[in-house]
Amino acid sequence: MSTARRLDATRPVTLSIDGASVTVPAGSTILEACRSRGIDTPTLCFLENLAPVNVCRVCVVELEGARVLVPACSRPVEADMKIRTDSERVRLSRRMVLEFLASSVDLSLASDDVRRWMERYGADPSRYGPPAPPRAANERDNAGPGHHHAASAGAAANVVQPVKVDNDLYVRDYARCILCYKCVQACGVEAQNTFAIAIAGRGFDARVSTEFATPLPESACVYCGNCIGVCPTGALMFKSEHDLRGAGKWDESRQTVTDTICPYCGVGCTLELRVQDNAIVRVTSPLDHDVTSGHLCIKGRFGWQFVQNRPEE
Amino acid sequence: MDLHLIPGAEPSAEERAAVDAAVGPPASAWETGERRPDAEGHVAFGGHALRARRHLLLPALWAVQSRVGFITPGALNYVCRRLDVAPADAYGVATFYAMLSVKPQPTTIVHVCDDLACRLAGAPALLDAMRGERGAESVRSSPCLGLCERAPAVLFQCAGEGAKDYVVAPAARTAADEPKPPPPPPPPISSGTRPIEGVGTSIAARLGQGSPSAPQTEDGRRETLRLLARVGRVDPESLDDYRAHGGYRALPKAIAMGPEAIVREAIASKLQGRGGAAFPAGRKWEAVARQPARPHYLVCNADESEPGTFKDRVLMEEDPFALVEAMTIVAFATGCEHGFVYVRGEYPLAEARVRAAIAGARKAGLLGPNVLGSGFAFDIEVRRGAGAYICGEETALFNSIEGYRGEPRNKPPFPVEKGLFGKPTVINNVETLVNVLLVVEMGGDAFAAIGTGASTGPKLFCVSGNVERPGVYEVPFGPTLREVIGLAGGVPGGRAVRAVLLGGAAGSFVGPGELDVPLTFEGTRAIGAALGSGVVMVFDDRADLRDAVRRIAAFFRDESCGQCVPCRVGTERQEELVARLDAGRPLRSTAEEDALLDEIARAMRDASICGLGQTASGAIQSAIRRLGVFSA
Ligand code: SF4
Ligand code: SF4
Ligand code: FES
Repeated sequence: MSTARRLDATRPVTLSIDGASVTVPAGSTILEACRSRGIDTPTLCFLENLAPVNVCRVCVVELEGARVLVPACSRPVEADMKIRTDSERVRLSRRMVLEFLASSVDLSLASDDVRRWMERYGADPSRYGPPAPPRAANERDNAGPGHHHAASAGAAANVVQPVKVDNDLYVRDYARCILCYKCVQACGVEAQNTFAIAIAGRGFDARVSTEFATPLPESACVYCGNCIGVCPTGALMFKSEHDLRGAGKWDESRQTVTDTICPYCGVGCTLELRVQDNAIVRVTSPLDHDVTSGHLCIKGRFGWQFVQNRPEE
Repeated sequence: MDLHLIPGAEPSAEERAAVDAAVGPPASAWETGERRPDAEGHVAFGGHALRARRHLLLPALWAVQSRVGFITPGALNYVCRRLDVAPADAYGVATFYAMLSVKPQPTTIVHVCDDLACRLAGAPALLDAMRGERGAESVRSSPCLGLCERAPAVLFQCAGEGAKDYVVAPAARTAADEPKPPPPPPPPISSGTRPIEGVGTSIAARLGQGSPSAPQTEDGRRETLRLLARVGRVDPESLDDYRAHGGYRALPKAIAMGPEAIVREAIASKLQGRGGAAFPAGRKWEAVARQPARPHYLVCNADESEPGTFKDRVLMEEDPFALVEAMTIVAFATGCEHGFVYVRGEYPLAEARVRAAIAGARKAGLLGPNVLGSGFAFDIEVRRGAGAYICGEETALFNSIEGYRGEPRNKPPFPVEKGLFGKPTVINNVETLVNVLLVVEMGGDAFAAIGTGASTGPKLFCVSGNVERPGVYEVPFGPTLREVIGLAGGVPGGRAVRAVLLGGAAGSFVGPGELDVPLTFEGTRAIGAALGSGVVMVFDDRADLRDAVRRIAAFFRDESCGQCVPCRVGTERQEELVARLDAGRPLRSTAEEDALLDEIARAMRDASICGLGQTASGAIQSAIRRLGVFSA
């Protein structure tokens, strides 16, 4: 990874979090310090194996002496910082971030954590009015920067739009995209160095896009699926999973996860095979795995049809 | 990275030529040039050396835009090959800027300003008239074009060989309610001849008579002017004339003083940044001068996009050598070898004048490897913005220069430590920089004696809206709001002031009861307002304040970079809320809407990455609370 941080355990830093004194290695972030104390700190755009982009702002904490709240995920600790993680200001900003997202994005496939945080902070996405009708396919892709139709007094704008299904391996359901930038990082400098996708457009019209919103098969995408691996909301999804869900057959209670080693090359990536009804439906690799950091290539991610090439029953 | 280009998209000859003119001819076959078997062998040229030129991405995209009118897939491919940038990445950059298009569009686009000051001067009707005349395809509404003293304003963005952008302001000279479409384009600005002013008067014809943008320069009492002393009197294209009017006296003196002494005087002067944050300039320079990391960069923030602000434009258009001289001094003081002026894309004349001044200074040995024979090396590059208010935020501006989307960075680290290209960087706006000439010439203590003690030196105010003579006004810090409005001749027809917007869209409204506030940093702070960039926009008792509030809400929705959730969604929700209040259709009750707006505002202020989100509710809330705009 391009942005590996160095922790220096020989230089402990002591700070105060919610009144308690905490000591962590120099170079740690406030988030790491909070977690070392077992303080449940919400994060959406943060992932251990990517450099923090600090854009979702759900992790903000109050730092004494700072004019505004600071993102815990990226801010390094300094000696004698006084941090509050549960003040009224912190709770308000976290609630608003969750409400802003839940009122504009479909979070139904986000992790249970998100639901827990929404409950904890009392987020009520319905208070922005009824949702605006879905946008047509590609409508958001065509939005120019700096020009929009004046907001409507009657409805809450959102990013609901049809799923992009343009290849056999994975789908892009940007109605679920919270714009956490992780897929762009994984496709670019942080893992794959392919740069098939980037953030395009501006403001509320910003979106993840290929050049000229071209379908994936014409883009630079190499189908490593590393973007799927980091997406927190189900916006990027295996086609196999998408189809099962569409047919109403996705059933986690009937699924098992089996660890194995990828058979293709000598790197030896660990694969986690999620299986339902004796068929592989999704492949991941553990984020903390020292070979993969969660990243794979097209073969490990998608090249498993041969194991289930069974004669028709 | 393997560059995967858009299949089958080839650049045209014009596109190649335009890009080559911007980034230089291709050095090898790797970059689409001639293959040089002797030098290249089987080795691919590229990698770091090529990618280090990413900062040429925006100039390359501009070159295509100006040549063919939009960025075609073939041209994007070519730009990507030349700079080793992936097409998706470059597309992400191109779609960030409102003056660039990735879709076919007419070669002339008319940007009709429909922002606050121009609205007061009939912009909506003008916009309709222009659309009727030229077709909706060719006409866009634009955020503030920075021509508020000559409202309503129009910018013609023209593509084609040798085509130049130009402005027409005022576009309607008749009463506000019956605007006329602008006259046909004046001859394009071309090098060699004197640029034509938007108003149709050539510089030569009105030299010595002052500048219509700075009315004080037109009456006899110019002795009181320091920052505007040369404006309207000096030929902005002549180095000799600049010298004849006192130019290039400060630079030799500064070089004789030495860097430490300059910084010392700047600290003693208590000069504070004029862009809004009011940070002590001398402290900033001291911090950069002390940084061991090299190189140091000096960036002039001329992306003056705060609605209602136009002072930096006037300085650049009318006295561009002063900026060049001032930058040279600050660079000398802080150990910078390389400077950038980032001019907003909507300022074609200012950009042309600054470019010409830099070229003139370079030719005279006032810039370059050996400034004035002192052994000090310094040069300046001009970068043109492309329609993004957010690029006035300093770290967004760095990203824009570096060839990335103009998204602000999280701070810390601050620019003095890690700025442009990750190096220690001085960034100040035009007005702040130009003040250094005074600091050097008169000394820090004498400068500090001007003003109130806490706000020192002369200050430019951009007075616009319902006043008799809108324009840039210079005062020593101290006069009240009422006095500054008085300088501009007061409200026409003796009407009453209903509200004044201080500091632009990121500032706040004050009411008629607050006209005696001194326009100083401390004075405005005391009433919970801010000086911001020096905007004083006056609304009389007939003005439609609801309309102004809606425009401000739309402005922030349009100009948010979209990076962080509080601002990306918050500005949208805020605009919806304002629309509900305006339509008289609150969800639940008006009181609950007010409480909701307060929560939206607090989250944006507390949790946004940058100043845009942090200030996006200030003016709107002040209009609702101080002025009761939606109560009646
Ligand atoms: S698609 Fe997923 S990973 Fe990519 S920005 Fe959206 S939410 Fe994040
Ligand atoms: S506050 Fe707004 S403009 Fe600033 S970084 Fe966040 S989204 Fe971008
Ligand atoms: S997790 Fe820190 S800003 Fe998103």
